[in-house]
Amino acid sequence: MHPFLAILKRDLKLSLRQNNGVIWVMLFYLLTITLFPLAVGPDPEVLSRISSGVIWVSALLAVLLSLDKLFQSDFEDGSLDILFLSPISLELVILSKSLAHWLTTGFPLSILSPIMGILLNMNPAGYGILVLSMLLGTLVLTLIGSIGAALTLGVRRGGFLLSLLVLPFFVPTLIFGVIAVDSAIDETTTISNLMLLFALLLGSLALAPWASSAALRLNIE
Amino acid sequence: MINLHKFANPTRFFQLTSVLLPWIGLTTLILLSYGFWQALFVSPPDYQMGEAVRIMYVHVPAAYMGMMVYGIMAVASAIALIWKHPIADIAAKSSAPIGAGFTFLALVTGMLWGQPMWGTFWVWDARLTSVLILFFIYLGYIGLWVSIEDPSRASKAAAILALVGSVNLPIIHYSVDWWNTLHQPASLLRADGPTIDPGMLPPLISLIIGYTTFYITVLFLRMDKEFISRKIYSLQILRTHQK
Repeated sequence: MHPFLAILKRDLKLSLRQNNGVIWVMLFYLLTITLFPLAVGPDPEVLSRISSGVIWVSALLAVLLSLDKLFQSDFEDGSLDILFLSPISLELVILSKSLAHWLTTGFPLSILSPIMGILLNMNPAGYGILVLSMLLGTLVLTLIGSIGAALTLGVRRGGFLLSLLVLPFFVPTLIFGVIAVDSAIDETTTISNLMLLFALLLGSLALAPWASSAALRLNIE
Repeated sequence: MINLHKFANPTRFFQLTSVLLPWIGLTTLILLSYGFWQALFVSPPDYQMGEAVRIMYVHVPAAYMGMMVYGIMAVASAIALIWKHPIADIAAKSSAPIGAGFTFLALVTGMLWGQPMWGTFWVWDARLTSVLILFFIYLGYIGLWVSIEDPSRASKAAAILALVGSVNLPIIHYSVDWWNTLHQPASLLRADGPTIDPGMLPPLISLIIGYTTFYITVLFLRMDKEFISRKIYSLQILRTHQK
């Protein structure tokens, strides 16, 4: 089996077996979204207006909180050093791990998002683009987040620093993702916003593993 | 092409800064005094905004400096990463708080100016949002230096972050062209030349240069401080080893 697929399979198995599996991420997502109607009030008009933003922000936070486990457990038990020695480049290793991470966080969140849309009285016209924009966007978030995770690896209280480092770079994805959904609901042209998201995805696919691997190499003892 | 490696020796760099520092400090004092005198008393009031336009003389150079310092930081970080130049990463580390301060000044003076000019302290348009993000990137950069204990690892990690964050700079500069923003479009660095009233140019230019020399003065002071504290750090390590 190609090493890329082997690492992917290994990471998927590990995250599905550990307690911090897919379920906690989805529960956090659901709970965060639930907070908004409780805080803002149940008025359907207001909820519908903010639904796309709230769903996107909650997904972003769920991805952010799960980012530090991307490299942490491998760093702690020494498998990261072995991964440095793998036959494929470190950039491909990082891509494989990011893909596995996305499959257990961003991907389920995106599939669940229409249900969250129901909770927030979102206009059903936006559901399709919501899922599509979140599938693309959460993958971008994972890739950009891998840079922050690599930089803060081994730092004490790294979680807060990771958030501070990575949130400024999440902002364009968030903005374009929400605009894409809103434009689908308002029936203005969506394709340009989706293209911007796709451009972000292609850019981060090309550049983020490179930056992450440079940061990860700092941890070779 | 200047020979970077001539000044890679910290002691030689220290000597250079101690010679230059009084002159650059004096230049700063002259330029800032002249600039502020011109700005506050001599230059014409704006036909629309009246005297409130004088906030521009503090705000615009600060905004320039916020971006320019980040650019210098990014270039210094690249030099530090590629050539492992010892002065470059100290220059980047020392520049960050100065740049963050300029960005903060730009944001605050912008808010104070926005209230009389636009009727609101803040609006989430492209220019203001991207400058706010620049401020957060500065803070993250400083946070990275502070959190990682080993200085050589910290310098490489911070250099990577500075380079990744440099994508924000063209976004800030072109944000007023690419998006429909409340913030006015560029009136100085334009292809067709400046559109600003010529009476406002002398204080503006002298303040921009004055802020730059101010940055260089403070940068040299901070870099000297950084050298000394690194020397103290290594002496402390030596002392614990000898015990």
